[in-house]
Amino acid sequence: MRPVKLAVVSAGLSEPSSTRLLADRLAEATRVALEDQEREVEISTVELRDVATEIAHSFTTGFAGAALREASERVTEADGLIAVTPVFSASYSGLFKSFFDVLDNDALAGKPVLLGATGGTPRHSLVLEHAMRPLFSYLRAVTVPTAVYAATDDWAAADDGLTPSLPRRVARAGGELAGLVAPRATQEPGPEAEEVVPFAQQLAALRVEEE
Amino acid sequence: MTATTPIQFGIFTVGDVTPDPTTGRTPTEHERITAMLTLAQKAEEVGLDVFATGEHHNPPFVPSSPTTMLGWIAARTERLILSTSTTLITTNDPVKIAEDFAMLQHVAEGRVDVMMGRGNTGPVYPWFGQDIRQGIPLAIENYALLRRLWTEDVVDWQGRFRTPLQGFTSTPRPLDGVPPFVWHGSIRSPEIAEQAAYYGDGFFANNIFWPKDHFKRLITLYRDRFEHYGHGTREQAYVGLGGQVFMRKNSQDAVREFRPYFDNAPVYGHGPSLEEFTDQTPLTVGSPQEVIDKTLTFRESFGDYQRQLFLMDHAGLPLKTVLEQLDMLGEEVVPVLRREMAAGRPAGTADAPTHAARVAARDAEQEGAAV
Repeated sequence: MRPVKLAVVSAGLSEPSSTRLLADRLAEATRVALEDQEREVEISTVELRDVATEIAHSFTTGFAGAALREASERVTEADGLIAVTPVFSASYSGLFKSFFDVLDNDALAGKPVLLGATGGTPRHSLVLEHAMRPLFSYLRAVTVPTAVYAATDDWAAADDGLTPSLPRRVARAGGELAGLVAPRATQEPGPEAEEVVPFAQQLAALRVEEE
Repeated sequence: MTATTPIQFGIFTVGDVTPDPTTGRTPTEHERITAMLTLAQKAEEVGLDVFATGEHHNPPFVPSSPTTMLGWIAARTERLILSTSTTLITTNDPVKIAEDFAMLQHVAEGRVDVMMGRGNTGPVYPWFGQDIRQGIPLAIENYALLRRLWTEDVVDWQGRFRTPLQGFTSTPRPLDGVPPFVWHGSIRSPEIAEQAAYYGDGFFANNIFWPKDHFKRLITLYRDRFEHYGHGTREQAYVGLGGQVFMRKNSQDAVREFRPYFDNAPVYGHGPSLEEFTDQTPLTVGSPQEVIDKTLTFRESFGDYQRQLFLMDHAGLPLKTVLEQLDMLGEEVVPVLRREMAAGRPAGTADAPTHAARVAARDAEQEGAAV
């Protein structure tokens, strides 16, 4: 069976960033869960910082530059996606949203997506449910039930007996994504062809007589 | 009369009223309109073949009434083909298009063709009683009616988008019984490439703002489908392309002078740099030789083609500058392009369409049918 293709989108801005760190952890947990099912995994990571100016330009010109096109293709062709953003002003960052604005409307349709977010304080954790999940629902993605929020404290915290620690949440989320992508990643992608509706059909739809 | 050539060169204008960013001065509508008329005459004077004007119904654009403008130009020119870029097939009544352009054919002794486009400004549609969400169906139905109005003397019609016609004759009838050649302009829709192919009409890919890969797909689709519908080989299809240039003798002078216009241009200003944009799109800012070199790459990407239109007069460039640009285009660039593109043009490639050639082809066909 062919390898499972995972795309990881990180909207972290510093280098290294806690957003990228969380993204890598989620990717690793998914890999482990898939390898347990004896599936090979190919992980491809898109740092949105690297295509930030091309994203901005695509709004003014209407077309994507080469690096942005390549990033969009990697995300579109993946069997599953891990999308992680820092919390800015009570939501995902503008850069994160802009990338998904640039993608084709149906690029994520039916695709399993694992959501992650990072912030300085745990008070923003519901950004996952109130901002991110509706965005991906709109894009008709299949969001993984467990979404992972990592506040600064989480990186050092152990199990407190009430909520599972960050590593355990990451492992659970990765397991859920693996469960959703494994059965999807079986078919080979078909060759892409320009789809054209024959003109007679377009005329018929309008009941215009052919000449 | 216009002679038959492998490829026609010309200019197309949007007709934008834009402040000159270097002086802050905005031309009046009247100045802009008379500048467009001056440029059309200049186009003929420097040996270009085509002048095409856009059609817009919202400021900051002035050309709302193309056939009025083209009629005036027809009277002041002798060889120039008058065309549009584009005529709105969605919001204009096809009856009025049929009449206006047939009248223009008579006035201009056949030096007329027309490029159909949909228009992408949502609010314009309701001003004319239409809805942009119906853009493609409007383009299909209205054009089907337009063709019948031009080819049939008496038309009965019922469609979805206009009141029915019974026993209607569009007047005047097309000159010599041959309607204007039609180009279908498109930036992104494969449906329009398919429409152009179905009728054996021309396909004009306005490639000036986007990278070439996208247009390669559209033009390949058009050529394939042209052949599929039995109008001839892929090479006999009629392809038109856009271009956008600014020239000075020295490349650096061109870049220096054009940069403020680029940086503030209505369509792409305040986005990527001039260097990035010239790298990714057909825009060329440099010496005449650089313009020649870049334009010659178009045929490698899209195959030998029949019409090349340049956008020369937008973004607030002063008339005097644009006239200098047309001098260079006519004297230094186009003669070389004509020579280079004629050489190595595969046999069987279609010549650029003219009224005279279309009348001759029609006559030959009728003679063939009579024998």
